Amino acid sequence: MTSELTFLIPEIVLFVLTCIILLVDTIGSSEDKSFIYWLSQSTLIVTVVLLVFLCPDSTTHAMSMNFVSDPMGAILKIFICAYTSVVFFYSYDYLKEHELIRGEYFVLGLFAVLGMMVMVSAYSLLTIYLGLELLSLSLYAMVAMNRDSQSATEAAMKYFVLGALASGMLLYGISMLYGVSGAIDLASLSAYISQQTGNNILLIFGLVFVVVGIAFKLGAVPFHMWVPDVYQGAPTSVTLFIGSAPKIAAFGMAIRLLVDGMEGLVDSWQGMLIILAVLSMAAGNIIAISQTNIKRMLAYSTIAHIGFLLLGIISGSQSGYAGSMFYVLTYALMSMGAFGMVILLGRKGYEADTLDDFKGLAVRSPWFAFIMLILMFSMAGVPPLVGFWGKWFVIKEIIAMGHISLAAIAVLFSVIGAYYYLRIVKLMYFDKADQMTAIKAGQGMRFVLSINGLALLALGFMPGMLMALCLGAFA
Amino acid sequence: MIEIVYELIRNGLLQPLVSMLVPAAIEVQALYMLEILVKILAILIPVLFVVAYITYVERKVIGFIQGRIGPNRVGVFGLSVWGLGQPIADALKVIFKEIIIPSGSNKFLFIIAPVLSFAPSLAAWAVIPFSDTLVLADINAGLLYILALTSLAVYGVIIAGWASNSKYAFLGAMRSAAQIVSYEIAMGFALAGVLIAAGSLNLGDIVMAQDGSIIHWFWLPLFPLYVVYFISGVAETNRAPFDVAEGESEIVAGFHVEYSGMAFSIFFMAEYANMIMIAVLTSLLFCGGWLSPFQGIPVLGEPSIIWLLMKISFFLFLFLWFRATFPRYRYDQIMRLGWKVFIPITMVWVVVVAVLVVAQVGPWFN
Amino acid sequence: MIEQIVFYCFAAMLIFSAGMVVSMRNPVVSVLFLVLSFFSCAAIWLLLQAEFLAIVLILVYVGAVMVLFLFVVMMLDINMTVLREGFVKFLPVGIGVAVLMLISMGLIVGSSQFDIAAVASVAQHDPGYSNTKELGLALYTNYLYPFEIAGIILLVAIIAAISLTMRKPRTHKTPKPEKQVSVKRKDRVRLVKMKAEKE
Repeated sequence: MTSELTFLIPEIVLFVLTCIILLVDTIGSSEDKSFIYWLSQSTLIVTVVLLVFLCPDSTTHAMSMNFVSDPMGAILKIFICAYTSVVFFYSYDYLKEHELIRGEYFVLGLFAVLGMMVMVSAYSLLTIYLGLELLSLSLYAMVAMNRDSQSATEAAMKYFVLGALASGMLLYGISMLYGVSGAIDLASLSAYISQQTGNNILLIFGLVFVVVGIAFKLGAVPFHMWVPDVYQGAPTSVTLFIGSAPKIAAFGMAIRLLVDGMEGLVDSWQGMLIILAVLSMAAGNIIAISQTNIKRMLAYSTIAHIGFLLLGIISGSQSGYAGSMFYVLTYALMSMGAFGMVILLGRKGYEADTLDDFKGLAVRSPWFAFIMLILMFSMAGVPPLVGFWGKWFVIKEIIAMGHISLAAIAVLFSVIGAYYYLRIVKLMYFDKADQMTAIKAGQGMRFVLSINGLALLALGFMPGMLMALCLGAFA
Repeated sequence: MIEIVYELIRNGLLQPLVSMLVPAAIEVQALYMLEILVKILAILIPVLFVVAYITYVERKVIGFIQGRIGPNRVGVFGLSVWGLGQPIADALKVIFKEIIIPSGSNKFLFIIAPVLSFAPSLAAWAVIPFSDTLVLADINAGLLYILALTSLAVYGVIIAGWASNSKYAFLGAMRSAAQIVSYEIAMGFALAGVLIAAGSLNLGDIVMAQDGSIIHWFWLPLFPLYVVYFISGVAETNRAPFDVAEGESEIVAGFHVEYSGMAFSIFFMAEYANMIMIAVLTSLLFCGGWLSPFQGIPVLGEPSIIWLLMKISFFLFLFLWFRATFPRYRYDQIMRLGWKVFIPITMVWVVVVAVLVVAQVGPWFN
Repeated sequence: MIEQIVFYCFAAMLIFSAGMVVSMRNPVVSVLFLVLSFFSCAAIWLLLQAEFLAIVLILVYVGAVMVLFLFVVMMLDINMTVLREGFVKFLPVGIGVAVLMLISMGLIVGSSQFDIAAVASVAQHDPGYSNTKELGLALYTNYLYPFEIAGIILLVAIIAAISLTMRKPRTHKTPKPEKQVSVKRKDRVRLVKMKAEKE
């Protein structure tokens, strides 16, 4: 028991430190939240350090098969914490500018991180569900944090109702799986499935609901309705958060459920995922074209990217999963950068969330126009940026598995998608600015955002290292 | 003593009755059912009698505290024995009064509300032990059962308030609902402390875990829980000083303002039955139930139901004493006391109790 | 035999009250039917000898959750006629979909699909067996990790609820007794000399 707890040290430390932050925030009721902010950042850093130190090179189960410690989980957790740290960095200025700064933002964010960590290293249906709930509950509250904003409240309500529905679906599927197999941990479940010879209709029935639950959480079409509204309505700092780390966690959840738990049913879930992926790529890319709000446009772009992400899982091979993992890790980085840009352009009492706000950015600030250019090109998949490699890896795997037509569809839609990314570039470089106010963001924000953009460039030139890491996770 | 009487009744009355009336095939079952019925009556009749007379005692006690005499006119057979006939006269009066159902009210719920508030307080008696052998249903989860049933009493109040279609009644119901739910948490935590100390949910076992003289009882190691439990009990039963649900001076009579006749009097009886219940539970859980405070001394140290009755009477007297002494709490004060004082106290003390039990601190836990 | 009769009685009551929950016009009555269905459910659990769960169901759901529910429903003035607009119009479609769903559900998740025989019947225990103790042991050993996470979820729920509802503390207008006591007559009362006036 004691030795089992060593696997859980990062989670336990994160939880204890978060509780301490909560207490500090409650007791020291000062208006200045910078102390809370720095405590939260150090908590994340401590967790990352612990995760790196305790990074396992083999798979071990702990806590009565409720917890798994493996390289994939560890890498995902490291990225979740690191990205959240960047998210907090971007958010801090935004929250201060818009007078939304409250200790709860950071506390709930840390609890969400805990939920994500539980999710990606869960090894029983029960823990997966609980981790998901912990994450979702924190996110609902964060979206609703700006109570005086009508749109934020509406977004929170939609998110909550649809999220609860999705959790219900997932839970229903889980209960079916449990009812059939009598197994709550993934090892027994996959053992049960591998024993099945015929086509067990009840297992498929449970699987359908589980896939629906995953699709809801990832935001894949046709379960994407919440994504645009939540992205647009929530405060940008929260949208930024929702768009980054939780996607990684949702990927982890999908791998745990579909691969670790139900790899025996791969023929069944492949078909479902293909439908989801094609619809997501189509709807996401086409609807994004008509958007005038950048947060909404990025929401549809997320949906399209989720379609690509699913392609890697569809391929059903180790390298395919690795490709998906590479995709989600780099996508989260791009998404963070893009929303960071929205935050950068905004100022007190003003959200720079329409496309027009990007007009003539090249004149106002050539450097950040260049960073945005990198972000957009990367999202569109222009070589040699990292977005290109993500698409390349998953499409390569799909072709290797023989799904040529699927690959063709993916390429077609990514070409369509390039239109609206390039439109932003056009707005920045060729249109005249409506306003010439200088960008006011602080030095730190400028610095981190620049690093974020340049990282995409750097990873684009040498994707091999990250890819090797992802392949290692699934070896 | 009681056992002997019961044997007499069983062998002399029930046995012949059953063999006379039912076929031999199901005689055993029939006797069993009849026995349970008799036991229920043996508990309920005294309870109802006490409920009736505690109203009389209340008026007398508060009268004396306030320098008055209290009821002294209605006697028995023409003899004015300190007004002892008063409860019977009152009962006759309410039985013959009309039950007025307000227009626009929900008739079914209006009628059923008093029943809902009275029934749980009677049903809870099923698991109350009166001595180590005298108990109707000796179930494992007795404490939980009691907690569940006391939490149901609030329905009668809420439904009455809503079904009356009256603003005062509704306000009373709202106040009462919030208050009862809040105090139930503190009460639950206090009971959790008892559970940890005794290591059992069975009420008989809890009493036996306190075996010993007065210093062995749980009131000493669990003192904060004991105080919190009793005060929460006062709040649960909507008694003064927590009687904002009735609040005569502001919302006339709260949730039962529209009730008359027997329907009203059932609410009244429910309140007193709940009071007795809380007194019984406090005696059982914290004050050693039927155990003697002088254990070890011959004769005086014998466990007996008389000790239990004395303890119950003491706590009932406290209820009356409170009512005569304290002014009514303001609503926000009630909430503050429940959430910010009682719940933290109980939470801390539950941990302390756990430590005491693990460390086997004497003379209670070794 | 008697157990079966009791089971079917409570099962029927459960289905009946659950149906009434959705079909009653008055939301308060719906909530009360929900309470009844919880009771029936608890009774069925008792038949399975799960006395702890049964009582906790009543204690938590009926004793606390439903009271708050009732509290809210009574406060809301729900106009059911507006909610029910178009009920008749969409009824045929609704019934059609419901029947289809029912048939497909029956085919897929009917009892024939589950291997009922493989599920062990409820183990009979002697009277001294404590359900509560077994449950506690399971929760704090095999299921410790999920149990603790569930606790954290509740903590987050509390934080979320408080942070979404609590505004900055109001400035209370509380009387300050020490100031009241220390007031001197000359601070409050000013005696003015006046000549007597005649009308």
